[in-house]
Amino acid sequence: MNTLVNYVRSLFLLELFRGMGVTGRYLFRSKFTLEYPEERAPQSPRFRGLHAQRRYPNGEERCIACKLCEATCPALAITIEAAPREDGQRRTTRYDIDLFKCIFCGFCEESCPVDAIVESRIYEYHFENREDAVMTKNKLLALGDRYERQLAADRAAQAAYR
Amino acid sequence: MDAISNFLASFPSEFPVLWILVRIVVIVLPLMLAVAYFTYAERKIIGYMQVRLGPNRVGPKGWLQPIADAVKLMFKEIVIPTGANKFLFVLAPMLALGPALAAWAVLPFDDGLVLTDIDAGLLYILALTSVAVYGVIIAGWTSNSKYAFLGAIRSAAQIVSYEIAMGFALVGVLVAAGSLNLSQIVHAQEGGILHWFWLPLLPLFVIYFVSGVAETNRAPFDVAEGESEIVAGFHVEYSGMTFAVFFLAEYANMILVSALTALMFLGGWLSPFQGTFMESWFDWVPGIVWFFLKILIFGFLFLWFRATFPRYRYDQIMRLGWKVFIPITIVWILVVAVAVVYKFPIWFD
Repeated sequence: MNTLVNYVRSLFLLELFRGMGVTGRYLFRSKFTLEYPEERAPQSPRFRGLHAQRRYPNGEERCIACKLCEATCPALAITIEAAPREDGQRRTTRYDIDLFKCIFCGFCEESCPVDAIVESRIYEYHFENREDAVMTKNKLLALGDRYERQLAADRAAQAAYR
Repeated sequence: MDAISNFLASFPSEFPVLWILVRIVVIVLPLMLAVAYFTYAERKIIGYMQVRLGPNRVGPKGWLQPIADAVKLMFKEIVIPTGANKFLFVLAPMLALGPALAAWAVLPFDDGLVLTDIDAGLLYILALTSVAVYGVIIAGWTSNSKYAFLGAIRSAAQIVSYEIAMGFALVGVLVAAGSLNLSQIVHAQEGGILHWFWLPLLPLFVIYFVSGVAETNRAPFDVAEGESEIVAGFHVEYSGMTFAVFFLAEYANMILVSALTALMFLGGWLSPFQGTFMESWFDWVPGIVWFFLKILIFGFLFLWFRATFPRYRYDQIMRLGWKVFIPITIVWILVVAVAVVYKFPIWFD
């Protein structure tokens, strides 16, 4: 009896029609596609994109060359060299992030006691030379200056959870 | 003015060869355009069924996408593998495309609107669709590549198996219509949607179309291409224009199978409202429009199948062809023959 039922089922292509019913319904579903340059997915304030270095409102750079980020970086992407500045303060002379190595885990930002190194919301960038993939201190500070308002607002929004 | 109209009127009789050429161009050019936009429709429809948008960047709503694809393929290099037979390697795609186009010679688009009205039309079609396989087989063999060879072997075995079921389905049609001439087959279905052969020949209709899908190497019978198993099957080694011609051939064959199914089972150019009270409402619609609509239905089914069904395993394909389709067709041919002999009402009286 069971065999007979199976025969009838397969002869009348019932399961195939059911499958086509599913795809036929999906034909009229609203589509998930995000038309990227025109439409963008919403971003969280915790978004971990390209790195930046921030300054205090008075223009002094925040980084004090404690090297916690360098120590915590799981990908060993950060290289720091430090020396006393003319005024005797300890500052970095070199602060490089190799973006080829970086895995954007955000540990550098978490470890930073002065909120100097942060990950911004920037995710659209490209390099034309290999050496451009290394973010130097100047590049990081420039990015920080440029996006300070967004960075500060995101940190403020997340202050309660940090 | 008179001279021009006289010239145009005398054109067919004065230059018969040129006249035939003009008619061929009139058929083939729109066909090529249809093939181009069939690829676009495929990407769009399958995209929609997968809840995405499909191509929409080139031109408004992506309408220029097939043209961009064509231009890209034309400018690409044709790579000929070492150890390949150059002559056959280049010949194979043409051999695949040729029959798909040549078959249109006997398809009636409307009552009397046919390039060559030959009496053995169905036989001619059957012969040509068989020749198309040689393109695939030769391509697989001359490529001098394992994957291409595997694809060709699979395709050969598959097409030989399904040709038989397809042939038997056509035998059913010609028993029912009493003619091999495609125009007369359509005329035999006169009398509204219930008189078309899809109803009395329902099993043959389904088997013919499924065999057609198998014959054109389309999903779910695309083991000859089998992207996930043998890369691209018979056309792995093809690039540029030679690849494009294979692509054209595949889609031209799909349109051909759709057109044939429409002619033999859905009454070709006949209006579906014939014989009902709505007949006069649709009198103004030319037959060719009905024919194209019917082709569109089957074309859409091809795409729908591809979006729905996973690929058959090789032994399942063989089982389906030999142990399911052939017995069913033989039984149904007997049924149809009995119905024709005893003039079974509404269809065969």
